[in-house]
This record gives sequence, structure tokens and C-alpha cells, in this order.
Amino acid sequence: MNKRDFLKGAILFFPAGGLLAMARDASGKANGKAYEPASHFYGMGIEIDKCIGCSRCVEACKAENDVPAEPFYFRTWIERYQIRPSGESVVESINVKGRKRDEAADDRDFVRTFFVPKLCNQCAHPPCVQVCPVGATFQTKDGVVLVDKDRCLGCRYCIQACPYGARYLDPRTHTADKCTFCYHRVVKGLQPACVEVCPTGARIFGDLKSRASRLVRFARMNKVHVLKPALNTEPKVYYAQLDGEVR
Amino acid sequence: MKIPEQVQRLAIVVGVLLAVVLIGRFVLLPSRLVARELHQTATIEREVVKPVRYAGSTACADCHDDVVVKKAKGYHKGLACEGCHGPAVKHAEDPGAVKPAAPRDRKFCPVCHAYDPARPTGFPQINVTAHNPLKPCITCHNAHDPVPPRTPRDCAACHGQIERTKAVSSHALLACTTCHATPEQHKRSPRRATPSKPETREFCGGCHAADAPLKTGAIKDAPKVDLGTHGRSYPCWQCHYPHLPEGRS
Ligand code: HEC
Ligand code: HEC
Ligand code: HEC
Ligand code: HEC
Ligand code: HEC
Ligand code: HEC
Ligand code: HEC
Ligand code: HEC
Repeated sequence: MNKRDFLKGAILFFPAGGLLAMARDASGKANGKAYEPASHFYGMGIEIDKCIGCSRCVEACKAENDVPAEPFYFRTWIERYQIRPSGESVVESINVKGRKRDEAADDRDFVRTFFVPKLCNQCAHPPCVQVCPVGATFQTKDGVVLVDKDRCLGCRYCIQACPYGARYLDPRTHTADKCTFCYHRVVKGLQPACVEVCPTGARIFGDLKSRASRLVRFARMNKVHVLKPALNTEPKVYYAQLDGEVR
Repeated sequence: MKIPEQVQRLAIVVGVLLAVVLIGRFVLLPSRLVARELHQTATIEREVVKPVRYAGSTACADCHDDVVVKKAKGYHKGLACEGCHGPAVKHAEDPGAVKPAAPRDRKFCPVCHAYDPARPTGFPQINVTAHNPLKPCITCHNAHDPVPPRTPRDCAACHGQIERTKAVSSHALLACTTCHATPEQHKRSPRRATPSKPETREFCGGCHAADAPLKTGAIKDAPKVDLGTHGRSYPCWQCHYPHLPEGRS
């Protein structure tokens, strides 16, 4: 890079992001809807004993959010846990192709086995936000972690930093992407797509700021746990009947 | 000590550059252009306008109240319409133009009902290879109200072997009485009143002859043979056991 190029780059650097905002302003202010982000704080509850591992949620998520169809891009996915008599546990994502359950394996090889739906935990203290070098990922007032795909460099720091493996690099834009709790549905009062299609009600979505919400009631009625509590990420996805082996 | 001239010049250049950048950043650029808040609002708004594809179950009730009412009474009451029919916002907006798919295939229902030890105990599961093979599930179960169909057990009580054989054959859906006219008395004193048995090739031909009337369901589905040449003139059950017709001897 020569001096000239450097100067050009430096001059263009600051306004670039700003122009975007101007373009947005020009295209008209928000259509005057009375949605107030600050008065909500969203979370999800998952009842392990109800999950039948049918993957309706995974497919609905992909269809609703235009997630690449290849079987290694997921905003939500389901893991099968199999606990051996020795205490050792075997974990696999049932949505990754070519890793179908070994039909020959005898049921008696395991003391217990169950499904665990996983997704972004929408942490109150998200490590992904802390590590982003350009501030492209942030938490909204209503408690959802989003990615600004125009700012994201695709450096993958956040993918590394996420303790829950919830992020992926979108192969089309080469930017990080993840679950948004179906933000575009939630602000319209709809349920996230995965919650909508769950046949057994294993997923519960709600507002932690509303005493009457299903989620608050769920958290009151069940002993709930979060994943990797020792990391102090304060996840907002709460699991009921969580087995000690689940990581 | 004198500062070398080239360093002085360089310092001036650096100073000017720094001034330009600082003025550009803090004076010329309006503060709203560099504010992080604005980038975030732009992202949020981009997120909010993304298209909704799953309309939600309540959206279907306006036009399909019959299905909704039926489903609400059955075992499938907790299932979302679009969990089976796929995202249907476009259909709900313009039903004439877009039609959701209906999963009539036998492969579909097992995504939830195939036996899997990791599924919670008590959830109704079947062994897909043994549970009435060959037939799509919806021939016996209504997808919107999947009560297990009641097969008449009155013959199985005494003819269990035949009943079990037939249940896994391609004649699974034919009632015993399709082929055996059974007097009521047979069930009380079997040997005194015996049911009829098919006697002619034409009986089977009623469903299987190439020129059979193609009207009702069971007859339409039956594979066809040319009655005049197939199996010469032997009775059909010389070669096909009627309760397991595909197992040829
Ligand atoms: C505005 C009214 C309307 C709404 C809302 C609506 N439908 Fe329909 N739907 C129709 C009509 C009309 C037909 C019949 C179309 C035809 O046969 O030409 C139909 C047909 C169907 C069929 C049968 C397609 C076939 O192959 O025969 C399915 C399945 C279906 N709708 C599902 C849904 C679901 C699921 C929803 C909710 C998301 C929904 N519909 C909402 C009007 C509606
Ligand atoms: C378990 C999966 C499942 C669910 C849940 C389901 N359907 Fe269906 N639906 C089917 C199947 C399978 C068929 C095809 C039935 C056939 O061809 O006999 C069908 C057919 C239909 C049809 C066209 C034929 C008819 O019976 O009128 C409509 C309309 C329809 N569904 C609407 C709905 C609506 C509305 C809901 C939600 C209240 C719903 N379905 C929920 C599986 C499902
Ligand atoms: C998305 C998951 C899902 C799909 C797909 C599904 N079911 Fe179900 N099914 C359920 C649930 C949940 C129940 C209720 C279980 C309960 O009551 O505990 C149920 C109950 C049933 C029952 C009643 C079982 C009993 O307890 O006697 C039958 C029969 C059945 N389904 C058949 C079907 C058929 C046939 C299809 C395909 C058209 C189908 N199911 C597709 C989830 C599903
Ligand atoms: C030939 C008719 C027939 C076909 C085809 C059929 N079933 Fe059934 N199914 C029955 C009958 C009869 C029962 C109740 C008697 C029993 O428990 O075996 C039943 C029971 C069930 C049950 C309840 C089992 C329980 O333990 O409560 C489920 C679930 C079920 N079927 C699902 C399916 C699915 C999924 C398919 C398609 C892969 C299917 N059935 C195909 C006739 C049929
Ligand atoms: C109470 C027990 C019982 C019941 C119920 C019963 N059967 Fe029978 N069935 C018998 C006995 C016993 C025979 C005689 C076997 C023999 O003669 O070797 C018989 C014989 C038959 C025969 C053979 C007749 C022949 O000429 O060889 C047919 C066909 C038959 N039953 C059909 C049916 C059908 C169809 C039903 C249900 C509608 C039914 N049975 C219900 C006990 C029963
Ligand atoms: C497709 C028509 C058909 C159906 C359906 C059918 N049968 Fe038969 N069945 C026959 C024919 C044909 C024979 C005579 C076979 C022979 O003479 O070798 C027969 C013979 C019998 C016999 C005499 C003993 C034997 O095994 O040959 C009994 C008993 C019998 N059937 C019971 C039943 C029962 C019970 C059912 C229902 C579960 C049933 N059948 C359904 C066609 C049918
Ligand atoms: C009421 C109509 C009906 C009658 C009567 C009937 N069948 Fe069938 N048969 C069917 C149907 C329907 C099927 C195919 C079912 C399927 O596979 O979907 C079938 C299938 C068959 C098959 C094909 C099996 C295979 O898949 O290769 C044979 C062979 C057969 N029947 C023989 C007979 C004989 C022999 C008789 C007389 C004792 C008879 N059928 C009477 C309806 C009938
Ligand atoms: C001499 C033995 C014999 C006799 C008698 C016989 N079949 Fe068959 N049938 C066979 C054989 C062998 C096949 C399998 C070869 C084939 O598919 O052509 C068969 C196949 C069939 C099929 C399956 C065709 C398909 O497309 O899958 C039907 C239906 C059938 N027979 C019906 C009948 C009926 C009805 C009669 C009495 C009118 C009868 N058969 C008499 C030997 C016989």
C-alpha cells in the first residue's frame, strides 16, 4: 500500500458508516409503531423432558431466517446425549448429516439418553460482544444480541469466544451470524418460529420484565438452570430438568 | 541542540495531517454520523423489516375453521399447522396463488413417532418397519385427529394368527368380511355356521382384473392382472395366500 492509498482509505474510513445512517434517515423514519424496546427483556425456557427431537424447530428456524441449508449452519440445533454406565457421555448433534444414530447400538449400552435443544443464550453479559474489534455485535435494549453485518469484518473472534458454539460464519456474506430470537417476529408480537412449531411445548418464549409472562411463570414453577453458569455470562435461556452431564 | 531540518519538515507534514483528520472527525463530520447508537438502530431496523414466513396457527383459523376445530379435540391439538404444512404466510395472504404442501408421505410422521430411546417415555412411538408397512400413515390415521383406528377385534379373538399375518400384508386394509360373508352366529358357535369363502377367480378379479371398475379407493389401488392369462385357470390361492398375497409359493 502506498501513501496515496493510505490517505484515501483514511479519508473514506469515517464517513463510510455514517453514510449508511444517512441513507437510512433518508429512507424515512420508522413507521411510527408503538413498540418500546426498553420495556421488554426477552428470554427462553426449555423443558428437556418434553423434547422429542423431531427437529421441527431446526427446520422452521432455517426457513424463517434464511439460514443456509447445508447441514452445518444452525441458529438452533438439537443434541442427543447418551450417558454410559461408566458415567461417560456421548454427545452428537442430530441435525448434522451423516451422523445418524447408530441403529445397531443397543439401548442397554446407555443408562439414560435424552435430547437437548440448543441456541444462542442471548447472554446478559455476552463474551462475543466484548471481543468484537469493530463493535459490530451488540445487545439491544430488549436483551437480544444482534450482528451488524455491514460492520462485521468476518474475523471470527466472536465465533471463537462464544462458549455455546452458537455462532457461524455466513458463507454468502462472510459475516458472523446467529439466533436473533426471531427479532422481526417478536417485535410484532409473534412467537419465534421454533417456539411456534414445537409440537410438545418444550420451548417457552417470554418477557422477563412482565410478571404475567409464560416464561416468568415457567421459571417459577420449575427448577431452572443455565448452561455453563461458572462463566458468568448470565444466559437468558433457562433449562428445566437439565441433566448434570449437559454442557 | 539543533533539530535536523528533515525532521522539522516531517513534523510539519505530520502535524498538518493530524489537524486535518481531527478537524474532519470532530468539526466537519456531524456527530450523528459516527455515533455507535446509529449503527445499532440501523441494524435493528434491518432486522425488524425481515419478512415473516410462519403465519402462526391463529392465522389459519379464519378460513380452515373445520380443520382447526377437528384438530383441537384430538391428540394433535398442540401441533402447529405449519409444523406439518411448512411456512404459509404467502398462502394465508393469497390462498389461490400459493398452496402449502400436505405431507402425505409415509416418511413424514416418523420424524415425531419413530421409536427412539432418547424420546421421553410415554410419547407414542412406533416401530416403523413393523407398524403396518407399505401403507401411508394417513390411510389409517387422520392427520388432524389421529385416533388409532379401531380394527374389529371380533375375528382376531379366534383367528389371531390370520389377523396378524394379514395386518402386515398388502391386504391389511381389507376387512375380513370383504371376502368372508360371516353369519353373526359364527362368532357364538363357529362350527355350526361357517362363513363363506371366495370360490372363483372372478372374486379376486373384482378388484384385480385389468377391466375391473376403477371406482372406489381399495379397487383403484389394487395392482391389475389379466384374468384371462394370469396363473392359467388355477384358483388364485393356489399360488397367493389370500391373507399374505405378496408371499408367493
Ligand atoms: C384467506 C383464507 C385462508 C387462510 C388464512 C388460510 N388458507 Fe389454507 N386454503 C384456503 C383455500 C381457499 C384453500 C383451497 C385452495 C384450492 O383448493 O384451490 C386452502 C387450501 C389449503 C390446504 C390444502 C392444499 C392442498 O393441497 O389441497 C392446506 C394444507 C392449507 N390451506 C393450509 C393452510 C394453513 C396451514 C394456513 C395457516 C397458516 C392456511 N391454510 C390459511 C384459504 C386459506
Ligand atoms: C400432523 C401434521 C399435520 C398438522 C399438525 C396439520 N395438518 Fe393439515 N394435513 C396434513 C396431512 C398429512 C394432510 C393430507 C391429508 C389427506 O390427504 O388425507 C393435510 C391436509 C390438510 C388440508 C387439505 C385437506 C383437508 O382435510 O381439508 C387442509 C386445508 C389442512 N390440512 C389444513 C390444516 C390446518 C389449518 C392445520 C392447523 C389447524 C393443519 N392442517 C394441521 C397434516 C397436518
Ligand atoms: C411434530 C410432531 C408430530 C408429527 C409430525 C406427527 N405427530 Fe402424531 N403426535 C404428536 C404428539 C405431540 C402427539 C400427542 C402425544 C401425547 O398425547 O402425549 C401425537 C399423537 C399421535 C397419535 C395418538 C397416539 C396415542 O396416544 O394413541 C397418533 C395415532 C398419531 N399422533 C399419528 C400421527 C400421524 C399418522 C402423523 C402423520 C400424519 C403424525 N402423528 C405426525 C406429534 C406429532
Ligand atoms: C393399516 C393401518 C395403519 C397404518 C398404515 C398405520 N397405522 Fe398407526 N395404528 C394403527 C392401529 C390399528 C393402531 C392401534 C393399535 C395398535 O396399537 O397397534 C395404531 C396405533 C398407532 C400409534 C399409537 C401407538 C401407541 O403406542 O399409542 C401411533 C403413534 C401410530 N399408530 C402412528 C402411525 C404412523 C406414524 C404410521 C405411518 C408410518 C402409521 N401409524 C400407519 C393402524 C395403522
Ligand atoms: C368364537 C371364535 C370365533 C370367532 C369370533 C370367529 N371365528 Fe371363524 N372359525 C372359528 C372356528 C372354531 C372355525 C372352524 C375351524 C374348523 O372348522 O377347522 C372357524 C372357521 C372360519 C372360517 C373357515 C370356514 C371354512 O369353511 O373353512 C372362516 C372363513 C372364518 N372362520 C372367518 C371368520 C371371520 C371373518 C370372523 C370375524 C367376523 C370369524 N371367523 C370369527 C372360530 C371363530
Ligand atoms: C382378500 C380376501 C380375503 C380376506 C380379506 C380374508 N380372507 Fe380369509 N380366506 C380367503 C380365501 C380366498 C380363503 C380360502 C383359501 C383356501 O381355500 O385355501 C380364506 C380362508 C380363510 C380361513 C380358512 C382357513 C385358512 O387359513 O385357509 C379362515 C379361518 C379365514 N380365511 C379367516 C379370515 C379372517 C379372520 C380374516 C380377517 C382377518 C380373513 N380371513 C380375511 C380370502 C380372504
Ligand atoms: C376389495 C378389493 C380386493 C379384493 C377382493 C382382493 N384384493 Fe388383492 N389387493 C387389493 C389391494 C388394494 C391391493 C394392493 C394394496 C397396496 O399395495 O396398496 C392388493 C394386492 C394384492 C396382491 C399384490 C401383492 C404385491 O404387492 O405384490 C396380490 C397378489 C393380491 N392382492 C391377490 C389377491 C387375491 C388372490 C385375491 C382373492 C382372494 C384378492 N387379492 C382379492 C384389493 C383386493
Ligand atoms: C400359477 C400361479 C398363480 C396363480 C394361479 C395366480 N397368480 Fe397372481 N401371480 C403369480 C406370480 C408368480 C406373480 C408374480 C410375477 C408377476 O409379478 O407377474 C403374481 C402376481 C400377481 C399380482 C401382482 C401383480 C403386480 O403388478 O404386482 C396380482 C395382483 C395377482 N398376481 C393376482 C392374482 C389373481 C387375482 C389371481 C386369480 C385370478 C392370481 N393372481 C392367480 C402367480 C399366480
